[in-house]
Amino acid sequence: MDSRKRLERLRERYLNGDLERRSFMRMLGLAGVAAGVSGGVLGGVSRQAFAEGVEIRFDGWGGVVSEALRQHAFNPFEEATGNTVLDRTFGGEEEVLTGVRAGQVGDYHLVHSSGVAWYKRWIDADMGVDLNIDNIPNMELVMDALVAPFRKVSPDFLSAVPYDYGTTGIAYNRDHISDEEAQEMGANLLLHPDHQGKIGGWTDWQTRIWYAALQTDQDPNNIEDMDAVWEKLREHRGGLLKYWGSGAELMDLLAKEEIVVTEAWSGRVAALQQQGHNIGYIDPPNSYAWMESMLVLKGSPVEEAEVLLNFMLEPETAIAVAEGQNYPPSLDPNKVEMTEKVEALPAYDASGTLDNLTFADPEYWTSNEADWKRTWGRIERGA
Amino acid sequence: MGSAMARALAQDEGVDARPWVLLAPALLALFLLMVVPMAIIFVFTFYEYIDVAVDRPAFQFENWRWFFEDSFYHYAIWQTLRISAITTLVCALLGFVPAYFIANTTYRHKWLLMLLLILPFWVSFIIRQLSWVHVLGSQGIVNAALLWLGVIDEPLRLLYNEATVVMGLVHFLLPFMILNIYVSLEGIDRNLVSAARTLGCTEWQAFREVTLPLSLPGLAAGSLLCFVLAGGSYVTPLILGGPDNFLFGNLIYDTIMMELNWPMGATLSVVLLVLLGSLVVIYGRFMGLSRLYKSLN
Repeated sequence: MDSRKRLERLRERYLNGDLERRSFMRMLGLAGVAAGVSGGVLGGVSRQAFAEGVEIRFDGWGGVVSEALRQHAFNPFEEATGNTVLDRTFGGEEEVLTGVRAGQVGDYHLVHSSGVAWYKRWIDADMGVDLNIDNIPNMELVMDALVAPFRKVSPDFLSAVPYDYGTTGIAYNRDHISDEEAQEMGANLLLHPDHQGKIGGWTDWQTRIWYAALQTDQDPNNIEDMDAVWEKLREHRGGLLKYWGSGAELMDLLAKEEIVVTEAWSGRVAALQQQGHNIGYIDPPNSYAWMESMLVLKGSPVEEAEVLLNFMLEPETAIAVAEGQNYPPSLDPNKVEMTEKVEALPAYDASGTLDNLTFADPEYWTSNEADWKRTWGRIERGA
Repeated sequence: MGSAMARALAQDEGVDARPWVLLAPALLALFLLMVVPMAIIFVFTFYEYIDVAVDRPAFQFENWRWFFEDSFYHYAIWQTLRISAITTLVCALLGFVPAYFIANTTYRHKWLLMLLLILPFWVSFIIRQLSWVHVLGSQGIVNAALLWLGVIDEPLRLLYNEATVVMGLVHFLLPFMILNIYVSLEGIDRNLVSAARTLGCTEWQAFREVTLPLSLPGLAAGSLLCFVLAGGSYVTPLILGGPDNFLFGNLIYDTIMMELNWPMGATLSVVLLVLLGSLVVIYGRFMGLSRLYKSLN
């Protein structure tokens, strides 16, 4: 039996309550010493193997997402392995890429990466690693529909494991906008003439263009009239109070009624609803669906990261995180029994095929990204 | 050993090298931590942008051409200069009175007033800026009070406009202005004001003819600091501004962090550096930088 299996068995006994915390920690300590002697000194493997613990840097979206990961994944992982997860937050993955570019390989390890387009960018930048999937047995539980797009980008290897998915739909304040009106207006709710000056919007170029495409009755993955899209973006800006840049800012603006309608991340809206705010949420037809992965960057302690990933994909851990962050897990509902709370989450797909969600075509969007970002940057500033 | 070396150098060269020896660590740190990174950024301005987050080393002027030909950037410069000037003016108007009061008070515990002045620096800049959301927001203190008093029926839209950006900048920069003016006022010989009074000036005339002109160097130093710091800001517009309220720093942030166009971002950074740096040079040429050091000390 290898050390990974021993660790998993030990953790299982601890979680089941078959083992006292003190005994658990003692056995972990002994396991650490054994690993240090056999693997470190005698085996001559890296010094990380016999160090007290390895530090894994994690960069994520912060807020309720990071809280859920910290509580349900990182804390138990740290207790079980003695390794440490240093969690940091970002407002967008661009910040991480800039940090990687400005720093050195190995400064960043695990990233809560957004979408396949970003996965492609990291792989194209030669920042991926070849994960040993045999060390992540829980990958078998992940939906094939989520793994396939990543495999398409890097057919020979995987540098990430799909972790959750969701939608960026439209959130509205029910004190000002009824559910019926929201359903009727769909994507055009973001242009509502009665709420000019109380409309918000995410500063993200892709979300903005996606919704402008819907507002002009175009397929977001095959936009033919970009001029109409730019015009809609200007129209939206005309009624805007503020472009928000983070989930925390989104929640603050909605909770304080600074804005009454905006596109929003489904999980953040669910968190607001749980806090008692009268916020509604719709996914208009072809709403923007996305998947997120746990990406391991070049220079990371890969073996420890694989243990962490397997830990995070453990059904009870993944479901607990999903319930905490309010995004459905990547686990296949046909293989893993979901809780009622997960089944009630926005965007949850019980079939495990994700056929009812519209994801961004990574090739299409990345091929237009440079031009569209530049134009959007000007429209955002009023040009 | 250091001083022995300095003396030896001085004997050899016939000049006193001790100041340079003493300054060497600071100059080295400045060179490594400021000059070298800035030089790297400058070199980056000639790189060729290929695609998002992809560029290649080159010596070409495409980024500079973009900057000079695109009126979008020129408007951003105008907007930055305008907001910085307004902020500086407001700081000067608001800062003179407290500085005058602190300089002239006979209160025994003047140090307490100085402490109050620097107290805001103990709180995080971001927190200070965010605090305005709770004051001026739809559910903030001002709107809640006005609603409670029946003055308004619906919350006023007080946030996310140019006025709140200026206010946020003033909140951040006012202590710099007050300190500079205070230092200047403290240095004025009180006998000059007394002499003016004995020669028949009213109190207001004495202030206008003696105190104010002598305090102008401090006012100028404070204005320079406020203008330069306001011009280089980008967080305040992000937190307190609406879509129309941005500074040149926000464009740099967007270009580097969002567009991932580092060569263009580097170009814009150099532009801002030259723009604000030239103001410091002009100030130094006419006023001298020694007053800045004095107030900062």
